[in-house]
Amino acid sequence: MAQSSVNNGVNVQALLDAREALRNAPAAAEFTWRASCKWKNGTHSQSTVRGFHGLGEEQSHKSEFSFETDHPEVFASEDHGATPVELVLVGLASCLTAGVAAVAQNRGIQLRSVEAKLEGKMNLYGILGIDSDVRNGYDNIKVTFHIDADASKQDIEALVAQSQKRSAVYDIVTNPTNVTVEVVKRDSRG
Amino acid sequence: MLTEHAIDHVVLERGEVANSWRHERWDSLRLLTPNCQSRLPGYAYNGADPDGFMTMPEVVAHVAGFAAASSAPVRTHTTVTSVRQIDGGYCVATDSGEIRCRSVVLASGAANIPRVPQVRQAVPQHIECFTAFDYRNAERLPPGGVLVVGASATGVQLADEIQRSGRPVTLSVGEHVRLPRNYRGRDVLWWMETSGVWSQRYDEIDDLERARRLPSPQLVGTPEHATLDLNVLRAAGVEIVGRLGAVRDGRALFSGGLANQFALADLKMSRLLDTFDAWGCNNAHAEVGPAERFEPTHAPASPRLTLDLRSGEIRSIVWATGFRPDYRWLELPVLDRTGELRHDGGLVAGAPGVYAMGLPVLRRRKSTFILGAEDDARDVVGHLVRHLAQTTV
Repeated sequence: MAQSSVNNGVNVQALLDAREALRNAPAAAEFTWRASCKWKNGTHSQSTVRGFHGLGEEQSHKSEFSFETDHPEVFASEDHGATPVELVLVGLASCLTAGVAAVAQNRGIQLRSVEAKLEGKMNLYGILGIDSDVRNGYDNIKVTFHIDADASKQDIEALVAQSQKRSAVYDIVTNPTNVTVEVVKRDSRG
Repeated sequence: MLTEHAIDHVVLERGEVANSWRHERWDSLRLLTPNCQSRLPGYAYNGADPDGFMTMPEVVAHVAGFAAASSAPVRTHTTVTSVRQIDGGYCVATDSGEIRCRSVVLASGAANIPRVPQVRQAVPQHIECFTAFDYRNAERLPPGGVLVVGASATGVQLADEIQRSGRPVTLSVGEHVRLPRNYRGRDVLWWMETSGVWSQRYDEIDDLERARRLPSPQLVGTPEHATLDLNVLRAAGVEIVGRLGAVRDGRALFSGGLANQFALADLKMSRLLDTFDAWGCNNAHAEVGPAERFEPTHAPASPRLTLDLRSGEIRSIVWATGFRPDYRWLELPVLDRTGELRHDGGLVAGAPGVYAMGLPVLRRRKSTFILGAEDDARDVVGHLVRHLAQTTV
């Protein structure tokens, strides 16, 4: 249904082709994403991403991407970067926004501007161990989209709803995920 | 229809006519379709209440009446144990002998086995589990709280009935289809039929796979013609939570994406009502009321994300998480990797002369409704007749 005059910079045909190709090649659809993190000092660390696995073989970004994370000065930290919980908001915002663009392209809707504002509410009683009934993570995340597009209000709402329905990060944040953490002791004294 | 074409045939039934309606339904269930839509070929409802909804004994009587009126050659109490390919056709083995035939129509339905998610394995032992197959009425559940998983027609009906029995219900809601019982003064399924939505063919639907996986709509057939959506259930005291994602250390964990499930269902319902309104504009003679819109589904301020199944709050779980067909007896290479039948509008792929009936959106959106059987049967029988003519030995 993509109309040729609509261009949000998304190659919908390639995505639809990939969907058809992967339907008959389930192994190729198994992806592994990776990140590495190195402690710098205090709460400051540096994470990088480069390689990932998918389509049956090792893949790589065009270059390595790096992310500094730290905590702000009110936490007695040096503030070398965003807090990890802010990066979660960044992940959610960018996943939903990419989804809006892709769905809009597929539905023949020209976007002029898309801006998302995110707020995550958190009570520090959790991470500080003051109240065991308070969770560590967000109690609630609120996303507000401001969208200018050639479409009715209802169609724009449907875009955003469909984007949530197909978003990996939205799923990760809203649903339980098993996490396993292993530890390997390194002995630098040889 | 096979009789009209003078094709020798037999109908095999493991129990009695309308067996699953007799034995695999809960006590209070009524059809979702009004009586006037319980049409079978040459056999319409002619009782006093065309807008009412049949109880299960009434459905059984209706189907048995059709079997008698059409003189269908039904062989009851005959269980098929295998269907395999042989030279020139198929061999159907039953518990009372083999039948060799040139063509087989699979009409065993899409709802033979309850589909229960893996997470059931992690439910603590002391919680009693039921499915729509073994649930009969609320009084057979233990006293105390009940978690109903799934919000299709089955889930909302059971949640309502169980809540009324005095057992507090928590309803876990994933993707669902919201519909009002009545729209502009007519039954919503009257609109589905009359506006042509139900007649939309499988090869005209953009995302057929999705259409075939769609949960049944949130409807109930009651003498009061009541709407049974999530707003109604909440007002009745049912606690709504998100999709059940996992049970970890005895705690049920629910999705935090409930608000978007509501938004999607409300948007889809509005689009469907727009379709009805457009039809109404082009058919001004139709006796319908003015256009109306319904309240959005009200999201709880902060729906519960976890529920401790060891606390005693929940005593039983009803899995209203759908059904799947049972093809264990079908010894033909016709299933896909998920166990679903591969077919093109009822023509089973890779098995010439084998056909399916009564599966979701088999040839039309109405394929799984009683009134949907006629058009599908005509198409399938037409193909079957040509197949027999072309392969005459």
